[in-house]
Amino acid sequence: MDNLQLLIDAPVFTLQLLIDGLLAGAIFALAAYGMALVWGVMNIINITQGEFVILGGFVTLYLSYLGIHPLWGVPVSALALFIVGWGVYRLVIFRIVDRDLFISILATFGISILLQQLMNQLFGADIQNADPNLGTLFLFNDDVAIANIKFVALAVTIVTGVLLILFLRKSRIGQAIRATAQSARAARLMGINTDRVYATTYALNAALCGATGSLVVMTWVIHPFIGLIYTVRSFMIVIVAGLGNLAGVVVAGLGLGAAENFAGFLLGTEFQAAFVFSLLVIILVWRNYRLGKKRQYLK
Amino acid sequence: MNNTLKLVLAVGLGILILAAPLLFPTYQTQLAVLWLMVLLALTWDIMGGQMGYNSFGNIVYFGVGMYTTAVVQRGLFFNVEEYTNLAGGTESQLSLLDYLLSLGLGLASGALLCIVLAVVLGAGILGLRGHYFAICTLGLGIAAGEIASGWDYLGAGSGLVTPLFPETFFNRGIFFYYYFLILAAVSFVVLRYLYSERFGLAINAVRDDEDKAESMGLYTTRYKTIAWSVSALFLALAGGAYGNLIGFIDPMDVAFAGPTLGVWMVLMAILGGKGTLWGPVIGATIFHITQELFWTYLLGWQRVALGLLIIIIVVFFPRGILGWIREQWPERFGQRVEGEEQR
Amino acid sequence: MYKLTKNITLSVVTSLLTLGLVGNASAKVEGDTIVLGAAVSLTGKYTTAGHHTQRGYDLAVSRVNSKGGVTVGGKNYRLKVIYYDDESTPARGAQLAERLIKQDGVKFMLGPYSSGLTKAMAPITEKHKVPMVEGNGASRSLFNKGYRYLFAVLSTSEQYLQEAVNLAAQHAKAMGKSPSSVKVAVAVENDPFSLDIRAGVLDDAKRHGMKVVVDDKLPRELSDMSATLTKVKALKPDILVVSGHSKGASLITRQAAAMRVKVPMLAITHCESAKVTDNKKFGTKAEGTLCATQWAPTMTYRDPWFGSAGDYAKDFKAAYGYVPPYQAAESTASVLVWVNALQNANSFDTEKVRDALSATKLQTFYGNVKFDATGKNIAKPMVLRQVQGGKYVVVAPAKWASHKLVHPRP
Repeated sequence: MDNLQLLIDAPVFTLQLLIDGLLAGAIFALAAYGMALVWGVMNIINITQGEFVILGGFVTLYLSYLGIHPLWGVPVSALALFIVGWGVYRLVIFRIVDRDLFISILATFGISILLQQLMNQLFGADIQNADPNLGTLFLFNDDVAIANIKFVALAVTIVTGVLLILFLRKSRIGQAIRATAQSARAARLMGINTDRVYATTYALNAALCGATGSLVVMTWVIHPFIGLIYTVRSFMIVIVAGLGNLAGVVVAGLGLGAAENFAGFLLGTEFQAAFVFSLLVIILVWRNYRLGKKRQYLK
Repeated sequence: MNNTLKLVLAVGLGILILAAPLLFPTYQTQLAVLWLMVLLALTWDIMGGQMGYNSFGNIVYFGVGMYTTAVVQRGLFFNVEEYTNLAGGTESQLSLLDYLLSLGLGLASGALLCIVLAVVLGAGILGLRGHYFAICTLGLGIAAGEIASGWDYLGAGSGLVTPLFPETFFNRGIFFYYYFLILAAVSFVVLRYLYSERFGLAINAVRDDEDKAESMGLYTTRYKTIAWSVSALFLALAGGAYGNLIGFIDPMDVAFAGPTLGVWMVLMAILGGKGTLWGPVIGATIFHITQELFWTYLLGWQRVALGLLIIIIVVFFPRGILGWIREQWPERFGQRVEGEEQR
Repeated sequence: MYKLTKNITLSVVTSLLTLGLVGNASAKVEGDTIVLGAAVSLTGKYTTAGHHTQRGYDLAVSRVNSKGGVTVGGKNYRLKVIYYDDESTPARGAQLAERLIKQDGVKFMLGPYSSGLTKAMAPITEKHKVPMVEGNGASRSLFNKGYRYLFAVLSTSEQYLQEAVNLAAQHAKAMGKSPSSVKVAVAVENDPFSLDIRAGVLDDAKRHGMKVVVDDKLPRELSDMSATLTKVKALKPDILVVSGHSKGASLITRQAAAMRVKVPMLAITHCESAKVTDNKKFGTKAEGTLCATQWAPTMTYRDPWFGSAGDYAKDFKAAYGYVPPYQAAESTASVLVWVNALQNANSFDTEKVRDALSATKLQTFYGNVKFDATGKNIAKPMVLRQVQGGKYVVVAPAKWASHKLVHPRP
């Protein structure tokens, strides 16, 4: 509780934890968009999420080796991962689209092991980062320090979110995606090529992960085996926000980022992850308990 | 196939299984782990296969059982905290009697604790359905591992070293081979009995349509809790012994090994055919052997091979080997195919 | 079910047969080749360090072979290492040790990377009475278990950063303050090695009566230290100790600069493997950081195989394209200790070789090697280097110091 006292004595650090956490959450939310999309439209839980993020990070990293500013990595990684995602769909995912959700978890888990190992062979297992050299924002006599890249990340998340909503509402393929999400069968009857819709959705998800990875490699560090935490976070965010609710995803993402930061500060970093996962269990049980009173359950 | 041949084969196999650690002394540990794998797949299938509740969190009981056993083993003779703080206590060899006594007591307490835990956790979590259940148990598994790796009393991230096995007239490999063999056999017999009883029908009813089962007057919650407790019991007994077999308990990699053992138990059950009694046994055997071969011959690439194997299993054999055989030759499973004469 | 039983029977029988046919071939000495066994991390979180370890072993083996090999009983033998991948997990490590010893018949073992894996393997080698010389398991809890067949060429991990705490105490004294006024912050990864470093630092802090204000265990999947660093900024310690393999070194170097954490003394491990002095990656952010190291190419030890420490660094660079971190050097040294012990024992009897190992008195390019009764090397000190002007310079202990400590760091 000493730590809590510390926050009460010096509220400026509360501000630091809050801002920093919220902005970190924005990065998590970006990958969570994709997961919500794939889950909602294709009924697939994509465990490969984290590996796509790391792969996006490596694309940006290699771009920066070529002397190009890593910020360009955001669109480039997105594009590269779009292609990767399309390929993964054509190779594996299309076989499991209309299967049990559980099958998708295991199949994508297999892909994620495979990708981890391939990245290890291709890029090596070193810890990597690409410094965008954007500097840091200091407030209150340096007591609040926020890396500027995190503000960029927030902007990217918001802009991407808006573009995504516009895309789903206005464009032909976006409308097809929404139609397929509502009823794949009806969509097929209406002449929509659902296979293409699924491929696009999955590739779009990979692209979102690629952009996330680009931000991750500029903000923190990456290596081939660190993807799982991004999968799990996307998962948490989508669970809390519910499917098909992009604004909810942003809020849940920001909330998760802040919650992690405060948990790490107050309980010590060793219990940061324990707190987050216990929270997941409690949220689910609690939501189900509330529904249970109405003789319903989480669907 | 006539009955004599069958009998000869069955007896031969039985003898082979019983004599395996003596015939192949160099493979004792791998063979012991084989039975562990069988057990993991069998216990996962109670919930996942027979009841339709896909759990990713069964590893919790494995880990809790492992830690409880180790703490009791240490605690009977020494101060546990002295052991887990980093200076460490000196290792002293327990006598065989002390070792077996403490191991037995540890396993019993682990099993008891896990049953209680299953009932308590089950009260909250078993109300969830479908993939929400899967996700919740996944969270539970990771949370348990994280808590264990933050807890100083248990050695936190440094892990806990279990007492050395006193090598007297029988060695560690043989001891644990027969331990896991008996445990797997007992769990097989128990499950076979349970599945043939009302319990089996009830949990199958839960899998097929839980709402209907409930409206027919089944106490679904009670059956679900029993099913989870049975898995918990066997997993605790397995975990406690596995900790002793490995000799060093790492919170994330040995005890709460979700990404390895936790996922493998699901894969093995699916590979063999979930919802069948023999499926997990076959699946575990094949999976374990394949993995050992990969690991020996594909140095550095074995995980690529493993990833590919997982994809192939779930994409092409989602019903598992037994399920596939059943589709090919349904008549051998007592299902009659229309237009075919009864044999 | 009848046919089914047959199928099952067949599958089990065939599988058991396959198991029986695999391996079983080699023994400890094949013709004129001495076989050493090692589990290294080629996949998983320790992959980078695992490669350093393997390359260290390989370089030693090829050098010893090209210089005529090992002479035992008047005959020259070549060296060979059987490798397996432990996937950076202790459960695999333990099984691998068993496989190496029982299936491959290895009688002479080399260590894996990291304390956790060594902890998992040591009980197995001990049980089979197979000596293991290791250079990458530093946790002191390895050396109070009474293991007779475990020998470590490196300094144990609680010594890594103790020197830094002592420096902080000296500095406080020089400034006319009591060492007990020094505030210590510790943030280490939650694994056996780093927790041992923490134990060493906490012991020394206690001895000086210092106050430990931050004591965080960082998660293994660490990617962000900002919560801990915020605490550090709030509590303003005089010394911050961080250990988390190369990931931890990389993160603290970046984030301490990015958040302007003004701590007068920052002491970390694994600077070399994280390449914190790499100008392209970190700029000058690592300036003034204290780095614990087992070995540095500037040290003055020599041996007949590689020449000086500097020569070793040059040869390693020629072979693998980078300056060897100490993880590679200590691995190489482990092989050299084996060569020396085998020649002194003049026999392949494991008990004789074990006794020769425990009587080792040797200088290698890596440092002096002499084991105490518990098997740890007591002849070699840890060195503390500081990043000054983008270069590592030795600042402590006094015997090796080439430069003065810059305090507080810029």
